[in-house]
Amino acid sequence: MSNTDNQGGVWEVFIQSKPGLPHKHAGSVHATDKEMALQNARDMYTRRQEGTCLWVVPLEAIVSSMPDDNDSFFDPSDDKIYRHPTHYVMPDGAKHI
Amino acid sequence: MEDSKKLEEFQAKIDAEIKIEPKDWMPEDYKKHLQRQISQHAHSEVIGMQPEGNWISRAPSLRAKVVLLAKIQDEAGHGQYLYSAAETLGKSRDEYIEELQSGKAKYSSIFNYPTLTWADMGAVGWLVDGAAIVNQVSLQRTSYGPYSRAMVRICKEESFHQRQGYEIMATMAKGTPEQKAMAQDALNRFWWPSIMMFGPHDSDSPNTGNAVKWKIKRETNDELRQKFIDKTVQQAEVIGLTIPDPDLKWNEARGHYDFGEMDWDEFWRVVKGNGPCNKQRLNHHKKAHQKGAWVREAAIAYAKKQKAKQLVA
Ligand SMILES: [Fe+2]
Ligand SMILES: [Fe+2]
Repeated sequence: MSNTDNQGGVWEVFIQSKPGLPHKHAGSVHATDKEMALQNARDMYTRRQEGTCLWVVPLEAIVSSMPDDNDSFFDPSDDKIYRHPTHYVMPDGAKHI
Repeated sequence: MEDSKKLEEFQAKIDAEIKIEPKDWMPEDYKKHLQRQISQHAHSEVIGMQPEGNWISRAPSLRAKVVLLAKIQDEAGHGQYLYSAAETLGKSRDEYIEELQSGKAKYSSIFNYPTLTWADMGAVGWLVDGAAIVNQVSLQRTSYGPYSRAMVRICKEESFHQRQGYEIMATMAKGTPEQKAMAQDALNRFWWPSIMMFGPHDSDSPNTGNAVKWKIKRETNDELRQKFIDKTVQQAEVIGLTIPDPDLKWNEARGHYDFGEMDWDEFWRVVKGNGPCNKQRLNHHKKAHQKGAWVREAAIAYAKKQKAKQLVA
């Protein structure tokens, strides 16, 4: 298969299943432009009313952290336990807090 | 040294039921096994459209036709979900398709059998999709994240596939004597190839060891086959059809059905390319792919033009 005959780039697909919910990754499609990506995503991932909104994002536009770096990358949050509500001591008898 | 430590960590994750994601370290053999298994699975969905496509223009009613069309469209979608999952393993869709067309990659042998009558649409949905469902339900728990997610999505869509097939069989089985005979004939022809869809016996299946240890496969070929047979016998009885296996009988002690031996010579003959429709299926795939070349070229040319326009504006 030559360079001039391919299936287009990869676009990642995100679906919002109903208003108020976050968009969730569903998979990917191939397409050569935005409109085609959107239409392919609709045909492929929402044949049964799975969504109220679709996002398509070119794969190369996504920047991902690398699992191998997880220890050092996510380390800054390790010692900040005061970000959790359980860190705080509430007086006995206090309610609704 | 480094690798053996990584391998240990990898196995620990698998043992703890933590999914493996595309950017995680994985053994080369794990990746190769997945590339092969997921792409074969994708090819099967796509090639599997052909035996059913054969009956779209001859469906006996408008209802039957829209159902069959929707089912086949789902299978196209399943192929796409699976290619998407396979692509996360660092090989392009074009490469996978090239492997299919060159004969390097296989697809499920069941699709190398012809669909001779309308009853075959019933047998395919009931038995072939039925067997696929047993396999896919198990694969929802596979260790590779993207494969597992594709399986969850596919399983949601599959249940109507089996039900529409069983409905066709049930309808024909209570029709005229000729219709019932046609249904029985379809069952006779599709039964053995369907139970061979699960692959060779565990004792003859060289890839099972690692695949089970790495939880790519959660149950073995023989376990899955037994599950399918146990479910299906009662369904055949309900509609008054006979499974073509004289050795089939309930084994009280095992709590399972015993069944006869499959014809493995036939199995390997079809796997190696000499089934009734192997050539036809691949040729049709190549032809359709070539016929679509101008569409892909035009789409790429259009995208380039749009980009150039944007730069000017
Ligand atoms: Fe499918
Ligand atoms: Fe199906």
